[in-house]
Amino acid sequence: MSGGSRLPAGGLIDRSRTLRFGFDGRDFTGHPGDTLASALLASGVRVFGRSFKYHRTRGLLAAGVEEPSALVGAGEGGRFEPNTRATDLHLYDGLVAESQNRWPSLALDVGAVNQLIAPFIPAGFYYKTFLGPPALWKLYEHVIRAAAGLGRPPHLPDPDRYERRAAFCDVLVVGAGPAGLSAALAAARSGARVALAEMDSRLGGSLLGDPAQIDGQPARDWIAASETELRTLGVRVLTRTTAIGYYDHDMVYLAERVVEPGAATGDDGIAQRMWRMRAGRVILAQGAIERPLPFEDNDRPGVMLSGAVRTYLDRFGVAAGQRIVLATSSDDAYRTAIRLCDAGVRVEALLDARSGDAIDADLLRRTRDRCPVETGVRPVRALGGAKGVTGLAAAAAGGAASFIADVIAVSGGLTPSVHLHMQAGGGLDWDEGRGIFTPTAPRQGQVSIGACAGRFGLADALSDAWRAGLDAAAATGGRPVADTPPRFEGRAFADQISAFVPAPGVNPKKVFVDPQNDVTLGDLDLAWREGYRSVEHQKRYTTLGMATDQGKTSNLIGLARLAQNEGRPAPQVGLTTFRPPFIPTTLGLWAGEDAGFHVTPLRRTPLHDQHAAFDPPWQAVGYWRRPRAYLRAGETLATAALREARMVRTTVGITDVSTLGKFEVSGPDAAQLLERVCATSVSKLAVGRGRYTFMLREDGLVNDDGTVWRLAEDRFLLTSSTGGADRMAGLISYVRNVLYPDLRVGAANVQEHHAAIAVAGPRARAVIAAVVEGMAPPRHMSLGRGVVAGVPVLVIAASYSGERAFEVYAPSHQAVAVWTALAEAAQAQDGGLYGLEALEILRVEKGHVETGGEIDGRTSAHDLRLEKMLNPRGGYVGQLAQQRPAFADPDRLQFVGVESLGGPIAEGSMLVERPGFAVQGHVTAAGLRVLEEGFVGLALLKGGRARPGDELLAWSPTRTASARVRVCEPVFHDPAGERYRD
Amino acid sequence: MMLIPCPHCGPRAHAEFTFDRPVEAITRPDDTADALVRNLFSRDNPRGHSRELWRHTYGCRAWIALTRDTATHAITDVQAWGAKA
Repeated sequence: MSGGSRLPAGGLIDRSRTLRFGFDGRDFTGHPGDTLASALLASGVRVFGRSFKYHRTRGLLAAGVEEPSALVGAGEGGRFEPNTRATDLHLYDGLVAESQNRWPSLALDVGAVNQLIAPFIPAGFYYKTFLGPPALWKLYEHVIRAAAGLGRPPHLPDPDRYERRAAFCDVLVVGAGPAGLSAALAAARSGARVALAEMDSRLGGSLLGDPAQIDGQPARDWIAASETELRTLGVRVLTRTTAIGYYDHDMVYLAERVVEPGAATGDDGIAQRMWRMRAGRVILAQGAIERPLPFEDNDRPGVMLSGAVRTYLDRFGVAAGQRIVLATSSDDAYRTAIRLCDAGVRVEALLDARSGDAIDADLLRRTRDRCPVETGVRPVRALGGAKGVTGLAAAAAGGAASFIADVIAVSGGLTPSVHLHMQAGGGLDWDEGRGIFTPTAPRQGQVSIGACAGRFGLADALSDAWRAGLDAAAATGGRPVADTPPRFEGRAFADQISAFVPAPGVNPKKVFVDPQNDVTLGDLDLAWREGYRSVEHQKRYTTLGMATDQGKTSNLIGLARLAQNEGRPAPQVGLTTFRPPFIPTTLGLWAGEDAGFHVTPLRRTPLHDQHAAFDPPWQAVGYWRRPRAYLRAGETLATAALREARMVRTTVGITDVSTLGKFEVSGPDAAQLLERVCATSVSKLAVGRGRYTFMLREDGLVNDDGTVWRLAEDRFLLTSSTGGADRMAGLISYVRNVLYPDLRVGAANVQEHHAAIAVAGPRARAVIAAVVEGMAPPRHMSLGRGVVAGVPVLVIAASYSGERAFEVYAPSHQAVAVWTALAEAAQAQDGGLYGLEALEILRVEKGHVETGGEIDGRTSAHDLRLEKMLNPRGGYVGQLAQQRPAFADPDRLQFVGVESLGGPIAEGSMLVERPGFAVQGHVTAAGLRVLEEGFVGLALLKGGRARPGDELLAWSPTRTASARVRVCEPVFHDPAGERYRD
Repeated sequence: MMLIPCPHCGPRAHAEFTFDRPVEAITRPDDTADALVRNLFSRDNPRGHSRELWRHTYGCRAWIALTRDTATHAITDVQAWGAKA
């Protein structure tokens, strides 16, 4: 008989209730208070999973979040969550969990054949083996992808909600172990607004189940009293909440599990919550993580951390094994051995690597009263096989010995958890004797206390923490109390020596450093011999410290090996970066409410409902949504768009252009401001007139285009493209406030104040005349004011389609009446509505450039044939930069038209002599002649302005389309602009 | 995420602001071509002290100049910038 079992008494579990759960298709039971790991361990389960590379069987190493091996998938369907640590999954009734990295089952695993070829899968195996012609990657990829990755993703949508909350506090305490509780009490009593985050389901940390006496009462009672007092003082106590990242200016992200992985959510549907906690001071009491010892086959099921064995005993009432041998280089194993013996669990021996005179004599004597203790002894090899260990071979100066055991409890000492301190920009000191880095030189409002500061003794931790709590309260406006800190007078169990080097004769290739990634000391040595001598290179080449545990138990051992190989001290070798998050997090937690419909905001024009009534296909334009066409029965998008375009060319069409950018600029210096923002002249514009304009970026390239209208002597309306509206708002504000703060001018973004409706076509004038009262239809590029359906409107005569056209501006809240009146009048003229597709066909045929099309951030005014419109007086943003030599390069991509000599042109086609030849340009927009036969397009072509008549191939291998095209002037419709005149 | 003290609104989250440029990279249309090219294409990228133009885009929309340490993100000074309303 070997393996764990539940003891008849003890532990912080509710034995009166039984929880049922499934693991790999078998039914198990546990109790409230259990983790999945403790319940399975109590049921005698030893093998929890298989390793990533060699598929070696693995059991529990730890009892907390640092667990590298016992990863499970929890839940079913859309709630399935892979890579959950069995040690960090609190049991609930109905839990369904499965092990990972095995097929078809844990006991029989096909991938385990990798173990047999282990000597052939050294560090960097994939890098070395899969070198070769890139084409072969297509063969390797399937094999590698199938073998890669931990766990599997869920295949159904997550039904649950993830909430995001912002919060503030004076003092944030991370970790509610003895130090965290002491600090929180001190700060809260001193009047600070305190938040306490604890990743476990209950407060207490290392004191949970411990028989220590604090302030003369059992630890359990002290924890309960402390929690009650904190809550009474208004402290925000967050359990199952892990501080995962420490960002700038004391912003700490806290990940709260509202329900356990895979569990059904409550009425609010919330599975997890992300707190963005802005703190005045942050007290880090994260504790420390125990590290294993280096010996052969130290990854076998049954090799566990000493502190974990004690946690399973004290907190869960579980004996991890029937016969336990302990191997240690620290005091921690003594604490465990004493607890095990007192609970009646058989301890074969405690083997301490330290010599007897380096160990506290009283501690030795008290332990020896209970079990055999051998000093100066180091573990050499775990005995046993895939089902678990059966014993331990050890070596001492005098010879060798072996012990029968089903659990080898190891302690290579504690490693302070400095993750958050480092994320906050702190520094580290190296303690050679104990083999640890301790936090120093805090850069933000952080202070580390207790075990994460390298203060492993309980009495020290409590008093340090108390002082830190008072200081933090004082720094944030509190009044420190004069009370005395919590008192502990028991044994410290705080000594350790570094134990990174294995016993003589141990084969490093069999010593696992990182069990999650199957990295051995031999792999680290090989990487070093091959020249990977930086700690960052070692990590990436060997995969040490990657994946879900991020090397919580292994990084320091790997670093020490590198330092040893390099012959340099550890601090000179350095550490890899501590990056958030501290524990793996689900993507949902980061997405929060920004999922589904809420992924992006939706901007609706004032006429949105009028379009939606037609249920049109929509086009996303920035955050806006615009109808692509108003389809009739039997029409496709293409046929509807062509019908609408023909309607505009022959009668009249109306369309919603409310998404355009609109700015009102007023004041005595309004024209001056606009002549800085726009590259065209503005000041000569007569009142009541408008003109086309465009703006440059500071580097001289075209930024956006639009129209500018002089509403009054000192008042202008500037329009811009839909996509450029926010950019223009920024540019106008920059020019106005930063470059020319002394101008007497105000500029307002009125994009959403006005709806805008375009009316275009030979009968557009008739529609305006019929609908707008109090005004004659203005001439092309003039404006007028009138009333439509009782609504005051501004009418500007401008054309994007190439037809006589108007834009009617109406207050947004009254736009529907105007739209309705215009639509009815258009219908009376045999016209109707047109959408974005027809708009595009019309502007391509007319040869108007478009922001995002030809204005692509790489074209100059000259490239776009706009140079004659540049303001000769200069002074506008981007003017100077146009003098750069590259702007005069004759081979620049320039704006041209292309006319097909055959079939349709595909948008995005390359312009080439023949397939595979050098690319000379590309088709920016493809279209057709609306009323005649033939396909046309707009393009950017090398030196294109000098090449009319050239024949090229518009070639689109991705759309498997090509057409011979002739280069021409980019205007296919009414080049003289005669249709604008009445 | 930095906490930026807007001179008009008080301390607000970094997400409300947009970085524009270092103050010395402000180029006026009537500057020399050399200055323009230097500011656009060959700016320094200092480690440490940096005086920068930011905008409280998703707040009061005002421009501010803040002095920031690029290595530590410590903000030592903030000034209102631009036209008086």
